[in-house]
Amino acid sequence: MKKIIYLLVIAAMAASCGGGGTKSAKEKQVTLSAAGATFPQPFYNLAFKKYSEEGGAVINYGSIGSGAGIKSLRDQVVDFGATDGYLSDNELAEMPGEVIHIPTCIGAVVIGYNLPGVTGLRLTPALLEGIFLADIAKWNDKRIADENPGVTLPDMNITVVYRSDGSGTTYIFSDYMSKVSPKWNAQLGTGKALNWPAGIGGKGNPGVAGTISQSQGTIGYLGFEYAYAQKIPMALIQNSAGNYVEPTLDSFSSAATVEMPADTRIMITNSPNPEAYPITSFTWAILYKEQSYRDRTEEVATATVNALKWLTGPDAQAIATSVHYAKLPQNASDQASVLLRSITFDGEPILK
Amino acid sequence: MNGDKVTKALLFLSSLTILLLSAGIVLSLTGGAIPAFREYGLGFITSTVWNPTSGSEEYGALPFIAGTVITSLLALLLCIPMAFSTSLFIAEYFRGTRTAGILRSLVDMLAGIPSIVYGFWGFYALRPLLISTGLTDQGFGIFTASIVLAIMIVPYATSLSAEIIAMVPSELKEAAYSLGATRREVIFNVIIPSARSGIVASFILALGRALGETMAVTMLIGNANIIPKGLFSPGNTMASVIANQFGEADGLKLSALIAIGLLLFAITALVNAAGKFIIRRFA
Repeated sequence: MKKIIYLLVIAAMAASCGGGGTKSAKEKQVTLSAAGATFPQPFYNLAFKKYSEEGGAVINYGSIGSGAGIKSLRDQVVDFGATDGYLSDNELAEMPGEVIHIPTCIGAVVIGYNLPGVTGLRLTPALLEGIFLADIAKWNDKRIADENPGVTLPDMNITVVYRSDGSGTTYIFSDYMSKVSPKWNAQLGTGKALNWPAGIGGKGNPGVAGTISQSQGTIGYLGFEYAYAQKIPMALIQNSAGNYVEPTLDSFSSAATVEMPADTRIMITNSPNPEAYPITSFTWAILYKEQSYRDRTEEVATATVNALKWLTGPDAQAIATSVHYAKLPQNASDQASVLLRSITFDGEPILK
Repeated sequence: MNGDKVTKALLFLSSLTILLLSAGIVLSLTGGAIPAFREYGLGFITSTVWNPTSGSEEYGALPFIAGTVITSLLALLLCIPMAFSTSLFIAEYFRGTRTAGILRSLVDMLAGIPSIVYGFWGFYALRPLLISTGLTDQGFGIFTASIVLAIMIVPYATSLSAEIIAMVPSELKEAAYSLGATRREVIFNVIIPSARSGIVASFILALGRALGETMAVTMLIGNANIIPKGLFSPGNTMASVIANQFGEADGLKLSALIAIGLLLFAITALVNAAGKFIIRRFA
């Protein structure tokens, strides 16, 4: 019996030594933890992998959702968080310190559909309202046909597909719809999860993409990169200038050519730019302005700021384009670097 | 130190851990659920509104309770003929034969297939089949989820029923045979009456499994937070809504989800207790 206990003790010691050993081997590379939005996850995963390969910090990104990302930053258990919706004034006030938003890329929400033989479907805000609020029930409804001359629309029921989980994608889409449709604003409002009047829910962007691509007559909103990857046809959306705009990286970037507020907290949905695809949004990394909190070292703080500086720089932005996110326009990346320079450790700016 | 004492202490400690763990789960669920119940009282259980939009937030659990109960009962209904006949086949009719052995291992294998694989099969194989019948547009909904649930709980009901059928004393059966009963008569007049309570209990325990099933249901039920309007209507279950929405939930919504978890825990515990009670009382 004693032997067993000794063995256990030895095993425990060996295990703790093992942990120590790997730490010293990787001493050069700082490990950061970050968590939040699922929307930019494909971009972050690829970018962070590249960053650590190039000798930068190892960043463990948990794609646990924007809400959980904000919570993790509030509880100070991550080095930075990530969110698709900027923090409201109330949320900012609840944080234990001043929080800075760093835009990292532009993502778009597209309207994917599955209709045999139909491509290049054109939709207006009014049609989106009618379809998603279940006022338009059939694909060959006159209201849809009027906007799509020359397209043969099938006599088929419309099945709306939405996100069953809380999501930044839903937030961006509903933010846009609330801007363009008073009825939507009154009935559903803006949020990460909504009280949908009809349709079926898919879990995550992959769930929505799978449901649309597998079932005829469906229409739903999803992140551009997922629709692109699964070759789901995407609708052209009529923007605020009245143009039907195809979802492309260029039309997403055009949406961001607006005047940036100093803290970058702006929703760029329904952009006034006549070239802009209207359902686009920044996605942000969030971090504390004063990096000395809990037991964080200056080394970790510096690594955090450097990682975000790299993420908003040209190398990482090129990666964003390769996974179908639009890169930050000049004004946004300028603003990001101004904000990053304002970050301090014990009152001293980290970036000199 | 005395080896016996050490063993006793170790065993006591590990069982205590289990007890503490269960108590801890109940405690933290209850603690988390308090804000929701304080806000809505018992109306939380009877309200059909699930509106997470901030400003007009309102949470009620009835759509999910309904979805859980309906899919599970329907699954049970579909499972009974399959599980009952299979257990008779294994434990009585072809008892001890090679075929029965193979069938038994196949049934056990069904129990080992992960939930997500069932969901996958339902999504890509069962759903198109249902769509081709013309009964449903997209194949998502209560019925699809119930079919898959039924298949998932068949192994639990089957193996327990088979055990109990095999336990029927052979004296009883031999006595019936000696009176000239046919095999069918023995099954329906001797075996089923004497194994009845055990068989019922095995189905109740299988029901308990169906209540908590999450992943496969999420993939097939359509995730609409409404009380299902019919067999082919989409709906949602308690386990599925939690899995779907906890990620972005905070404040009152999180509390409402935890409260649903607590209710699910209570319902499952009750169903399991009922099953065990029937076994102990009548078997």
